Amino acid sequence: MPLIQSQVVDIHGWLTLTEFTDLITISEMTPGPIAINSATFVGTQIAGLGGALVSTFGCILPSCIIVSLLAWLYGKYKELAVIKGVLAGLRPTVVALIFSAWLSILVLSFWGPDGFTWDISSIDFIAVTLFAAGLFLLQKFKPNPIFIMLGSGVIGGACYLLF
Amino acid sequence: MEKNLKNYFKLFKSTFFLSAFTFGGGYVIIPLMKKKFVDELGWLEEEEMLDMAAMAQSSPGPMAVNASILAGWRLMGIFGALVAIAGTVLPPLIILSVISLFYAAFRDNVMVNAVLKGMMAGVCAVIFDVVITMGGKVIKAKKPLPILIMTGAFIVYFVLRVNIIYIILFCGTLGALMSLHDKKTGRENV
Repeated sequence: MPLIQSQVVDIHGWLTLTEFTDLITISEMTPGPIAINSATFVGTQIAGLGGALVSTFGCILPSCIIVSLLAWLYGKYKELAVIKGVLAGLRPTVVALIFSAWLSILVLSFWGPDGFTWDISSIDFIAVTLFAAGLFLLQKFKPNPIFIMLGSGVIGGACYLLF
Repeated sequence: MEKNLKNYFKLFKSTFFLSAFTFGGGYVIIPLMKKKFVDELGWLEEEEMLDMAAMAQSSPGPMAVNASILAGWRLMGIFGALVAIAGTVLPPLIILSVISLFYAAFRDNVMVNAVLKGMMAGVCAVIFDVVITMGGKVIKAKKPLPILIMTGAFIVYFVLRVNIIYIILFCGTLGALMSLHDKKTGRENV
């Protein structure tokens, strides 16, 4: 986020700070990685569809190059004992990192943007119920996660609007 | 895997839908990819998925894009990677181009915000489901080092806020050293 802000607002002046804040909000509301969403949004605001394409292309090019290199190396050397060791060391690490990300999302969902407090009354119980129900369904019936996300969106949305 | 047109199209369709449902942060693509590529299509092993997640996180750029490129390359070579990139990039491109035309109305719409709030709880459940499955496997394997790495990495990252790159470098090196040690002693610590 700071990187995008410094480029788009400070250095090139393509967006005002208000427009930038809108951009962040929209990018978080729409599917897709926030970096791509930001690139597309900025691109459309500045130069229409062509801008969006150019912006997105620029955003993914470094990833494409570096990741392709990694993918090629992985394919070639993954059977090597040392590489196997590295990957074996990284797998539990990745689990830990995803768990960390999850915890942050949990706090955001249950306590909102103000963050964790010991005050129980600040907890969003609709979110807690949706989470528990979703988890139960996932563990028991192993559905496609997309259904859980859509379901919680529709049911949760209705709950939030009604209460 | 056969590199025929049908499979390329399947790959494109899969990455397209995966990207279209990556709400609430890039991490959610991991359980979605697992469901699609490991469980449904059987194109990848769960271990490979974790390897890809590690590489996707360690590289610059959005994690979801990196993960798609890796999957595309692994499955169908360079054209697979290109197809995966197209599939990943198109949904945000389309959706955002449309929304940016009336974004103020979209951003302030009460219904949209309510639905997104509801979705966040669902995303939370989806990610947790995959974490307990994967974490459970690490614990059930009963090898002390991976369990130690998992708990240690969590504490160091979440509590101490150490930079992700250092953690990845350290644990990768640790894994490499341990596997060399295993080779000598003939045991399986890792």
